[in-house]
Amino acid sequence: MIQTLQQYMQFPFVRYALIVGTLIALCSSLLGVTLVLKRFSFIGDGLSHVAFGAIAIAGVLNISDDMLFVMPFTVFCAILLLRTGRNARVKGDAAIAMISVGALAVGYLLLNLFPTSSNLSGDVCSTLFGSTSILTLTQAEVWLCAVLSLAVVVLFVLFYNKLFAVTFDEDFARAVGTRVEAYNLLIAVVIAVIIVLAMNLVGSLLISALIIFPALSAMRLFKSFRGVTVCAAILSVACAVSGMLISIVGGTPVGSTIVAVDIAVFAVCALIERVRG
Amino acid sequence: MALITCRDLTLGYESHAILEHLSFTVGAGDYLCVVGENGSGKSTLMRTMLGLQKPLSGSIAFGDGMKQNEIGYLPQQTAIQRDFPATVWEIVLSGCQARAGRRFFYGKADKATAAHNLERMGMTGFRNRCYRELSGGQQQRVLLARALCATRKLLLLDEPVSGLDPKVTAEMYGLIEGLNREGVTIVMISHDIAAAVRYATHILHVGGTKTFFGDIGAYRDSAIGRRFIALEGGDEA
Repeated sequence: MIQTLQQYMQFPFVRYALIVGTLIALCSSLLGVTLVLKRFSFIGDGLSHVAFGAIAIAGVLNISDDMLFVMPFTVFCAILLLRTGRNARVKGDAAIAMISVGALAVGYLLLNLFPTSSNLSGDVCSTLFGSTSILTLTQAEVWLCAVLSLAVVVLFVLFYNKLFAVTFDEDFARAVGTRVEAYNLLIAVVIAVIIVLAMNLVGSLLISALIIFPALSAMRLFKSFRGVTVCAAILSVACAVSGMLISIVGGTPVGSTIVAVDIAVFAVCALIERVRG
Repeated sequence: MALITCRDLTLGYESHAILEHLSFTVGAGDYLCVVGENGSGKSTLMRTMLGLQKPLSGSIAFGDGMKQNEIGYLPQQTAIQRDFPATVWEIVLSGCQARAGRRFFYGKADKATAAHNLERMGMTGFRNRCYRELSGGQQQRVLLARALCATRKLLLLDEPVSGLDPKVTAEMYGLIEGLNREGVTIVMISHDIAAAVRYATHILHVGGTKTFFGDIGAYRDSAIGRRFIALEGGDEA
């Protein structure tokens, strides 16, 4: 088995995949705690469907580097969802359901009307579940992923205290003059960036799992915000790396293997919490 | 000059007025209780004083070197906080977010302030404990310590004893009274009219068309005060 791995490691695309996978797993787990606690998890889910629709549109428009289109489009929708979420007249969750399911339907429709390759269902499947995309990254995409991931990590560390304040008690933060709207916007934009990045790793349907599971697992084990955040980051990277290695050796789809490992870890963490009482 | 001067305030949501023509002042060292029935606009008034929403008309002026973002606020607990993984220390330190301003991290002075206020609330021993595992009274002390980090002069308390048992409620009132003696001005929303007339120096009674503002003696003598004390606090007064 080690031999098989060594053999695969010789290919640059496998090394790229591991590097990018690790970075994506790291930054997707950071905001997970905030998302879960702010009850924003559904925004993550909605946005991943939006990103799928955006990819379809990029395909139809024949945009060669679809990240350049998908990224701004998803960020725009993130801001839109955040605004409607706060508007009392439009029910936030209904708006999100409309946008996300609508994007999914229109995306699939567009792919059917303007097929870009002969293997339509293969295309759709890999966009939704990310079956091979992580292994087909070009060097430029690896760099883009690396730079954006690092930017997310740096932003998170710098604004860690503010994010904690805004997550724990928005009203108090606003009352003492913290610019809550600006930080909510920052959170939404960063989530959108993470989702577009993570699509490469696990595909659009499984992104929420990558964001939510490490945070939920860490919350079983730790009682401080810092402890939960650090633990979530470590668990996320560990699950992503082992998931990728398993999928290389076993020939299973990358995205779903990583999520399966995440689920297993969550089960173990929940068990530990139960045993501890 | 008064810390807060409210002139002819009309409060509400989207042109639907809940409270009209409200005028009152909060002086340094006062202990003002805001009383009134449910839905009379007490919380709306507090949110307006904090700048969380705008008054429909009228003005709120801050004096004596007081700024709106220097109010220490004790909100009612939210559902999010009940399962939030955070230590007591992390929460109290977040009270320093205004004084940290544009700095990304808390400095030595911020940490000293947080430690001092934790001590004031008698919660130093709970520093590394998880917030959600504390009792209701302990949680309120933590949030009060956080509010004290945000202010030197004025605390705004929104129903600080709701959901607490009688013994813990008495302790909480004792703590707040102590802070008031140290010179912290208190504005408190309260359901508990018996405690309000016992501790407060001033009463603001809101509700419907009848509002009352004055010191505690005048409130006891007023028609609205007599009726409300008899009605709500009959068993204790």
